[in-house]
Amino acid sequence: MRLRRIVADRLLISFSFAAVIIAIVPLASILFDVTAKGITAINWDFFTMLPPTPLPGAVGGLGNAIQGTLILVSLASAIGLPVGLFSGVYISEYGGNWYGSSIRFLGDVLVGNPSIVFGIMGYVLLVLPLQSYNTLAGGFALGVMMMPIISNTTAEALKLVPNSLREASMALGVRKWRTTFVIISNARAAVATGALLAVARVMGETAPLILTAGISTLWFSGLNQPAASLTYYIYYFATSPFPNWVSLAWGAAFVLIVTIMIINVAVRVVTRGARAHA
Amino acid sequence: MLSGEMKDLEKPAEHGVAHWGADEKPKIQVQNLNAWYNQKQALFDVNLYIKPNMVTAMIGPSGCGKSTLIRCLNRMHEMVIGARVEGQVLLDGLDVYGPNLDPVDVRRRIGMVFQKPNPFPNMSIGDNVVAGLKLTGVRDKAKLGEVTRRCLERVYLWDEVKDELKRSGASLSGGQQQRLCIARALAIEPEVLLMDEPCSALDPTATAKIEQLIAELKQSYTVVIVTHNMQQASRVADYTAFMYLGKLIEFDETAKLFENPSEQLTERYITGKFG
Repeated sequence: MRLRRIVADRLLISFSFAAVIIAIVPLASILFDVTAKGITAINWDFFTMLPPTPLPGAVGGLGNAIQGTLILVSLASAIGLPVGLFSGVYISEYGGNWYGSSIRFLGDVLVGNPSIVFGIMGYVLLVLPLQSYNTLAGGFALGVMMMPIISNTTAEALKLVPNSLREASMALGVRKWRTTFVIISNARAAVATGALLAVARVMGETAPLILTAGISTLWFSGLNQPAASLTYYIYYFATSPFPNWVSLAWGAAFVLIVTIMIINVAVRVVTRGARAHA
Repeated sequence: MLSGEMKDLEKPAEHGVAHWGADEKPKIQVQNLNAWYNQKQALFDVNLYIKPNMVTAMIGPSGCGKSTLIRCLNRMHEMVIGARVEGQVLLDGLDVYGPNLDPVDVRRRIGMVFQKPNPFPNMSIGDNVVAGLKLTGVRDKAKLGEVTRRCLERVYLWDEVKDELKRSGASLSGGQQQRLCIARALAIEPEVLLMDEPCSALDPTATAKIEQLIAELKQSYTVVIVTHNMQQASRVADYTAFMYLGKLIEFDETAKLFENPSEQLTERYITGKFG
């Protein structure tokens, strides 16, 4: 009996360990590949120049794609952050009724929604009427995609604040809306974490942009014009037969991964600081 | 009005409140109070009189409704989802559930201290004391400083924390935190102070300090304290109410209730036969 227990124990540990390796190897190899092949494409021109022609020896970069991604993500944040934050506050602090719980359920469904669906929405609402792929539609699609993510993480963060603090505030004769600010202030690290992770998440999206912002070989030229983006350029250049384009795609992937990694590290630093303070 | 009051006084008289003068007005008068959590009724027809500048204690076994009762007094009960109240709570004769009183104003006149010390963890000690003032729009720095000092002195915390007012309120010991919470409640200058088992999370030394404080506070405030500790009730309270299963069983002067209770149930409880 004892032997059986030891064997079962060892077997389970070995399986878990093997599973970790199986999960990590592809991830590590992606990181390694992207870094090895991407870093060689990174130079000053990469950040400052427009995409090159596919001719051998043509020089260029993805400056417009970096610019476009920044503009798209800023637009998305401007749309998605306020709506997401306020609806998260509503769900946690005021939504103790059927209305609140249905919004919550809807949020869960939307988080799991295929991202192309947000692209279709942007296409129907903003691309068709304007008769052109455009930056606004891209920012809108990404922004709508951010809303349920931020709403859910905000609601979760606020629910973690002990009810005793709400009672402490209310018992001092503080109004409900002001009490809500006290609660938000107590959860600000977790709320900021959720918001930043949502930004990082949409920054890596391609599908919603294909149908909305489209792609552009030029610098940003207005919200009603198409915009370049790193993710779309990765898709566009990586599938091309031209070596200089493929190399830029690797570079773009590298820049994107590093940026998202920086955001994640920033989140960790922010939350650690907040915990030390509390 | 007078005849109405006389009639209202009949009920506690049944339980033997002897020293209730005809011209004496209760600070808080609870009339036919019923309270529910969703379908579950927690209070049944409670009638109670709370005298001004006295300490009134609520005792009874867990789940008897004593916490629910005091949470009904300052309209904190309704903060729980599904909670409901019927009946009247008169504060100086004014119904706190009436249309003319804003619950926010009720809570400013009836302060509350909770079972577990709950200072705001992201505020400093000083900011905690004046949180109620700051959050309701008081900006005057001099006044805030003066209130901080006066309230901390009142709870004998000033000497212990005066050099570290900027530190987080959560960094204090449990007993200090609870005194900080009392100072915070006093800062908004309430008339009544409700204390929901304020010592149950504290050690004996800290408990003794709070009890001493309660005895002093009744000079300026009307104090209602919930406790599951009968010795504590007999030490600090002038009047004691015994509750059981959501009903007020007996209400009397503390000495009378403990030494010569009118109800058999009270006697069985205070002699430790149940609960």
